[in-house]
Amino acid sequence: MTTTAPGTVPAIEFRDVVKRFGDHTVLDGLSFSVPRGQRVTLIGPSGSGKTTILRLLMTLEELSDGLILIDGDPYTYEYLGQKWAPVPEKRRREVRKRVGMVFQQFNLFPNMTVLENIIEAPMHVLGLSKHEAVQRAEQLLEKVGMPEKRDARCTDLSGGQQQRVAIARALAMDPEILLLDEVTSALDPEIVADVLAVLRDVAQTTDITMLLVTHEMQFAREVSDRVLMFDHGRIIEEADPETMFTAPSHPRTQEFLKAVLG
Amino acid sequence: MSDIWNWERAWEVLPDLLAGLRITVLATVVGMVIASLLGLALALVGRAPNRWVTVPVKFVVDFVRSTPLLVQLVFVYLLSPPEIPGLAIGCVVLGVHYATYMSEVYRAGIDAVPPGQWEAATALNLPRARTWRAVILPQAVRKTLPGLGNYAISMFKETPFLFAIQVVEMFAEAQSFGANTFSYVEPLTMVGLLFLLVSYPTSLLVRRMEIRLA
Repeated sequence: MTTTAPGTVPAIEFRDVVKRFGDHTVLDGLSFSVPRGQRVTLIGPSGSGKTTILRLLMTLEELSDGLILIDGDPYTYEYLGQKWAPVPEKRRREVRKRVGMVFQQFNLFPNMTVLENIIEAPMHVLGLSKHEAVQRAEQLLEKVGMPEKRDARCTDLSGGQQQRVAIARALAMDPEILLLDEVTSALDPEIVADVLAVLRDVAQTTDITMLLVTHEMQFAREVSDRVLMFDHGRIIEEADPETMFTAPSHPRTQEFLKAVLG
Repeated sequence: MSDIWNWERAWEVLPDLLAGLRITVLATVVGMVIASLLGLALALVGRAPNRWVTVPVKFVVDFVRSTPLLVQLVFVYLLSPPEIPGLAIGCVVLGVHYATYMSEVYRAGIDAVPPGQWEAATALNLPRARTWRAVILPQAVRKTLPGLGNYAISMFKETPFLFAIQVVEMFAEAQSFGANTFSYVEPLTMVGLLFLLVSYPTSLLVRRMEIRLA
């Protein structure tokens, strides 16, 4: 399933990743990799393990077996002195710095203003001065079309506005990899377009590696380079978006796409 | 003039009672500061991953909660060197006693912060300490404010126990006035009224806060 050319290190690599919740196996020996700068959309029925992949990449879940590498660096376990050992938290932080995530429920910090949400991590993780962090935040607010909401309380914003702030907050960390977990699923249909427009802009103006879980198939088709179809924790089909959405080969994919595209 | 109630006596005792009220309020404020800080510390230590830490802490908390405040006050008072004033002992014992209850309020407040907040902090790679300080605690403490107010009122009403360790607060003033004049009804009624005068408006404030923060 690896699609990288020889000699290049993929941005993301899963090797035989297993994730179990109790007796339930969500991912069952999953291997795939994503080259730098590629935009990959994960599709499939709910419960097929797509969101778990993003959560593993953000270390929000511990994997049960296998390996995850970011730019070739071990992220979870490494082979040390002839046995597997968890990567120490300090090194894991270094690797995690390259990964950012936008959540379905936005997860803005409600005790902070819009600006404070965005400058928090650049100041306290990247060590930017307040002045630099504010400057960066203002540019990003401009990018997501909300400069006037700079000092608003997050709780006073609409869902779509909150999600745009969350995107700005993730981008403020200058991630190499951006994980988008059903970022429009909690939004009213009429404001989904605003958020997608922001993401389209991000996709066009940066070379961030993106991993998307989405039900917006039209959007997936527009921005992604590759689509992976999941079922029961395995990739059952992968293709470029054109092929995947017009001529899927696996019967399960055909069935799924027929159901979601109507 | 009635035999039961003498207005003159009631006015006569008022200045003493107000002096006592100052001590009562002082003990409550200092006790509450100790209870809020120590309670938070207990709640945080109670979340430590190490059972060698959490089990003894839980034991101390349960022990303090299951013994009466009055017994604790007298016990600590008798064990302390005589040069430590009763008021100081009273504040500390009140503070420690209520800290064990406050820790539960903080625990509930911390648990009420949605998991998404922790996840966002991880996704932003915020250090653990910074996550607590900037994200979790501000949200958790906000949720604990009504509980803190309720315990402050409750502590305020328990300050008469300090009488047992020679602290001259409002109740002690009333007692000594009664002992000198053989009129107990007026001073004790006035004590009750003064308690009501402070705790009732405070409880209304707390209720408003509960509604606003809910």
